Amino acid sequence: MVEPANTVGIPLNHTALLKDELDIVIPTIRNLDFLEMWRPFLQPYHLIIVQDGDPSKTINVPEGFDYELYNRNDINRILGPKASCISFKDSACRCFGYMVSKKKYIFTIDDDCFVAKDPSGKAVNALEQHIKNLLCPSSPLFFNTLYDPYREGADFVRGYPFSLREGVSTAVSHGLWLNIPDYDAPTQLVKPKERNTRYVDAVMTIPKGTLFPMCGMNLAFDRDLIGPAMYFGLMGDGQPIGRYDDMWAGWCVKVICDHLGLGVKTGLPYIYHSKASNPFVNLKKEYKGIFWQEDIIPFFQSAKLSKEAVTVQQCYIELSKMVKEKLSAIDPYFDKLADAMVTWIEAWDELNPATKA
Amino acid sequence: MSLDEINKNEVDIVIGALNADLIPFLNTWRPFFSGFHLIIVKDPDLKEELNIPQGFDVDIYSKTDIEKVVGASNSTMFSGYSCRYFGYLVSKKKYIVSIDDDCVPAKDPKGFLVDAVSQHVSNLENPATPLFFNTLYDPYREGADFVRGYPFSLRSGVPCAASCGLWLNLADLDAPTQALKTEQRNTSYVDAVMTVPLKAMLPVSGINIAFNRELIGPALVPALRIAGEGRVRWETLEDVWCGMCLKHISDHLGYGVKTGLPYVWRNERGDAVESLRKKWEGMKLMEKSVPFFDSLKLPESAVTVADCVVELAKAVKEQLGSDDPAFTQAADAMVKWVQLWSSVNSSG
Repeated sequence: MVEPANTVGIPLNHTALLKDELDIVIPTIRNLDFLEMWRPFLQPYHLIIVQDGDPSKTINVPEGFDYELYNRNDINRILGPKASCISFKDSACRCFGYMVSKKKYIFTIDDDCFVAKDPSGKAVNALEQHIKNLLCPSSPLFFNTLYDPYREGADFVRGYPFSLREGVSTAVSHGLWLNIPDYDAPTQLVKPKERNTRYVDAVMTIPKGTLFPMCGMNLAFDRDLIGPAMYFGLMGDGQPIGRYDDMWAGWCVKVICDHLGLGVKTGLPYIYHSKASNPFVNLKKEYKGIFWQEDIIPFFQSAKLSKEAVTVQQCYIELSKMVKEKLSAIDPYFDKLADAMVTWIEAWDELNPATKA
Repeated sequence: MSLDEINKNEVDIVIGALNADLIPFLNTWRPFFSGFHLIIVKDPDLKEELNIPQGFDVDIYSKTDIEKVVGASNSTMFSGYSCRYFGYLVSKKKYIVSIDDDCVPAKDPKGFLVDAVSQHVSNLENPATPLFFNTLYDPYREGADFVRGYPFSLRSGVPCAASCGLWLNLADLDAPTQALKTEQRNTSYVDAVMTVPLKAMLPVSGINIAFNRELIGPALVPALRIAGEGRVRWETLEDVWCGMCLKHISDHLGYGVKTGLPYVWRNERGDAVESLRKKWEGMKLMEKSVPFFDSLKLPESAVTVADCVVELAKAVKEQLGSDDPAFTQAADAMVKWVQLWSSVNSSG
């Protein structure tokens, strides 16, 4: 049995790292009461709240948090016709928050994620760990059997080439979840009671050339390095698929990171995931994805970006062309998605002129 | 997987004896080694007689035995840490578990002694998943599974060829690192087993390793000897080279290599600073090896492990031979090794 941490009494983190360089993006349709528990760790940071669903509803934000909030009306107003690339009635809308942010780093978390405890019982400051992950190099070109070599108490093992020990810049830090694990609907249906109680005390770099399922529940990234690739696709209302937003972003991100020589880490920090979504609802959302991913994965595994693609935007546009060319045959959805990928980049560049190629 | 479930008849525990007195070593491992057949191979250069405690089902091989099987000229292939490969050669079992003689059972965070043998065999018996990374690590472990987004067609996995374990206390760091951080000890028990992805290279350590001999046996090659190779791990690279070959061949044949649990507790031996005084040959050789393995493509026609080793040896000779004589010697040793394997195991 695993429990969330009790954070009452933990002093506010006044030396919060990267306080002015990081935005926390939270998608929500209900309320942000969960932030109360995160207060000691997150209050120093600026929040970007992306309100999905009914824009006339008021989202309750706990006192003392500094935030900007965008509902669907705001998204439509800011992006105009380009707002079509932002999903509606799906947490994929969170990527709008990445786009409007002016900071270097993003931490995104779901509103049913609480503070976890490490094996000693101590509350885990997930954001602090993400920041450490992002500020330390990654090692995608050679696997270190003692995991993150830059961690306190660890190092490169015998045989690890010295020329590779400087590592590369870390673009993404992918955290994990105790309690309700991120299973797909079929697995949830077969194992409704399974809980993740195993705290694996490691951070590691996912090797170059290897794809992984990126979960958006507990994720941080360097917006300057990889931001434009973090498009969470077309999901939810009016779309044939759901619960593949973060997956889609993760596959695009990994291909581009591998191409540009950036690193993706996974492992710590853990958060405590409290809510299990309805597996029957999930099954309906994921259904097509389960079949489609059998073709999507080989597509990404063999995707080769050109030498000329040197910025994230260029890589992403190339990828969108490949999606149109190779995946449209599976379903017209991919044609729409490829267009949306281009719209996303156009919108990103419009809102972020300084980072344009 | 509990001890009861392992068929002990399928496992050989192979120990390379670089120390003559194996009594403390074998006694501490007794709870986990008993019931298994042991093969102890004495380093041919070790002069003293081995001291083995009673109560083990063990076959001991020394220099004369090695020479009887492979001939006197080939016995140098099995000196030092490479003596354990002779055990791999003559074993008749499906699985091999091999642990250095300066390691004892580790304790897990709950204080229980870790049954490294059981964990290794469990790793080998369960599929590996090299084609897609599972963020919850080993999906076949109790309490874990494949995560959302993991393709269903890849969930049956592939056969596991090797299981690379880790070390608490004295981790397998190289001499410069350990010399710089003399007090550093590994106290982090990472409770995970994972498959090293396809095409990812890793430094395999011979200190705590197990493999499926039937599947991949000849790929564990005793080949690369650095100049002035010594009797402490800081002065060797044979296992790292072996691991690069093993991983490449596994990738080519569609097998998996796991890393993580089990841990063993590695004791102090030797002096990193002393080892540093010797020219660190290994560093240069590794630098050359990495781009070689990174770009290497074995031909489609290489479908057996032996074929793969031979092709690999050819490529080593062609592409690395001129860089350093150690590579040419390694290539020759690999070819010789395959011949020996074939002749020793020809009767089945």
